[in-house]
Amino acid sequence: MTIHSGQFRTIISPLQLNSPWGRRIYWTVLVTVVITFTLAFVFPLYWMITGAMKTGEEIAQMPPTLFPADPTLDAYAEAWSLFDLGTLLGNTAYYSLGGWIFCMLVDVSAAYALSKLRPMFGTVILGAMLATLMIPAMVVLIPLYVTVVDLGLLNNPWGLWFPAAANGFNVFLLKRFFDSIPKELVEAAQIDGAGPVRVLWSVILPISRPILGVVSIFTIVTSFKDFTWPLLVMTDSDKMTLSVGLSQTAGMVSQNAIMGGLVVASIPTIIVFFIFQRHIMAGLTAGSIKG
Amino acid sequence: MGVLRRNLTAYGFLCAALFCFAVFAWYPMIREFILSFQETNLIDPPTWVGLDNFEYAVKYPGFTEAWIATLQFTFLALVCGFVVPFVVALVLNELRHARAYLRFVVYLPVMLPPIVAVLLFRWFFDPGPGLFNQILGLVNLPGLAWLDSPHTALISLVIVSTWMNMGSATLIYLAALQNIPPELYEAAELDGAGILKRIRHVTIPQTKLILLLMLMLQIVATMQVFIEPYMLTGGGPAGSTVTVAYMMFQFAFTNQNYGVAGALGMMLMIVLLVFAAFQLRLTREDKA
Repeated sequence: MTIHSGQFRTIISPLQLNSPWGRRIYWTVLVTVVITFTLAFVFPLYWMITGAMKTGEEIAQMPPTLFPADPTLDAYAEAWSLFDLGTLLGNTAYYSLGGWIFCMLVDVSAAYALSKLRPMFGTVILGAMLATLMIPAMVVLIPLYVTVVDLGLLNNPWGLWFPAAANGFNVFLLKRFFDSIPKELVEAAQIDGAGPVRVLWSVILPISRPILGVVSIFTIVTSFKDFTWPLLVMTDSDKMTLSVGLSQTAGMVSQNAIMGGLVVASIPTIIVFFIFQRHIMAGLTAGSIKG
Repeated sequence: MGVLRRNLTAYGFLCAALFCFAVFAWYPMIREFILSFQETNLIDPPTWVGLDNFEYAVKYPGFTEAWIATLQFTFLALVCGFVVPFVVALVLNELRHARAYLRFVVYLPVMLPPIVAVLLFRWFFDPGPGLFNQILGLVNLPGLAWLDSPHTALISLVIVSTWMNMGSATLIYLAALQNIPPELYEAAELDGAGILKRIRHVTIPQTKLILLLMLMLQIVATMQVFIEPYMLTGGGPAGSTVTVAYMMFQFAFTNQNYGVAGALGMMLMIVLLVFAAFQLRLTREDKA
């Protein structure tokens, strides 16, 4: 079978690839890579999901069983009540979605002002916003915590939302996209009598769907995954996020229930990944190479 | 629209962002500086103590060890987290089948909340029924103590860290590899360059910038490692996994000594800023 290179020309030439030895080596490498990747990245997840389907005795058994002997969903039910997963999931969803809406409102209007309204000191402001990206997150953690304590925002969702909205990278990505929108479009709308809010809403935003999508996904996923900051800010057990709740209770629960909790915590981001795979991968390379 | 009105409208749109940045990004940067010269527990009024916090941190037992652990972790994480993704990307780029599957799978752990990866691996590292020792047992190798031994604890943390982070680096390298013009490989081949020479003289020079950039980014990211030691080892065994970030966290939230934590943060920041400045220079060269 001929191995087609498609549009790519890589290190190994199509000719070499299709020599008898080339083909043998190619298929061997391919099969090895597929098996290794599946074992390295999918098998741990399989082990997690099936671990939660085993009974307490089976999960501690040596050597372990590859398939649960008697698959049961008891551990999931146990995890649900022990970790209070309903509350944790609800909290996390509320913080992520609320933070997303606030972050988009703040960052989109800032990027719009910097890109299309071009105020005095605009470049200075953008520069100062980007400078925050230079400061390592762990270093700002403590003074930020002190600030949030001073403002009395502990155990208040705004303690998560305000710092999340101060995201220089989002402003930068959005501004760069808005910059590419032709001036004529905005001017035409202005001649038709549209004010700045109308221009943003009816001209800029509809064109900017791709970048809005990428920024939205990354904002939601980042806040869903975040651990250290919510650990400090949302300390009341009925206000904790999923990650923090799992970490606090994990010491007191059996191994199969922990795995049940982890499976539940993984489901939302995995679903997001399945649906928005293309956007996520495109956003990853666009943001990091050009940013 | 008049200049004044345009400016007023613009600042109207900017005010929410300016508030967020001023209070939650710019002010904390200044506060970090102030904090490191104060003694404060957030309850009593702070007092100015000059350089005492720095002196205290430097003389604190375990200070040097924390830096050594951080550097060791960074070095090990780079060997795994920098070299492995590049080699993986090189191989993936040569493959003509299962590309979508392989890319999906390598990025899967990046999507998981870190707490999931960390708690999952804590179970794998369990010296008894844990997966890793069971696999070692299958091939008749003796089990390791993993997180329980000062010799293997740090490398165990690096394994988790690499597993959950390597996906993004791999995909970024893959994108960079696909941007290499095919003519270069064809020309190199005509000149009689073998596969290794093509990698050395075409692939690496063509991706040099992104490689250097990622190196800097990863150094900065790994030197801040926190969740792994916090969740997996609690700094142990025998303090072998106390990193600077972890130590800082302990000073602040276990000892309520925010000043010393601030001083440690300043030191960490200076080290990281040197790398960041280097990175900025590389980005500039890219644009030139």
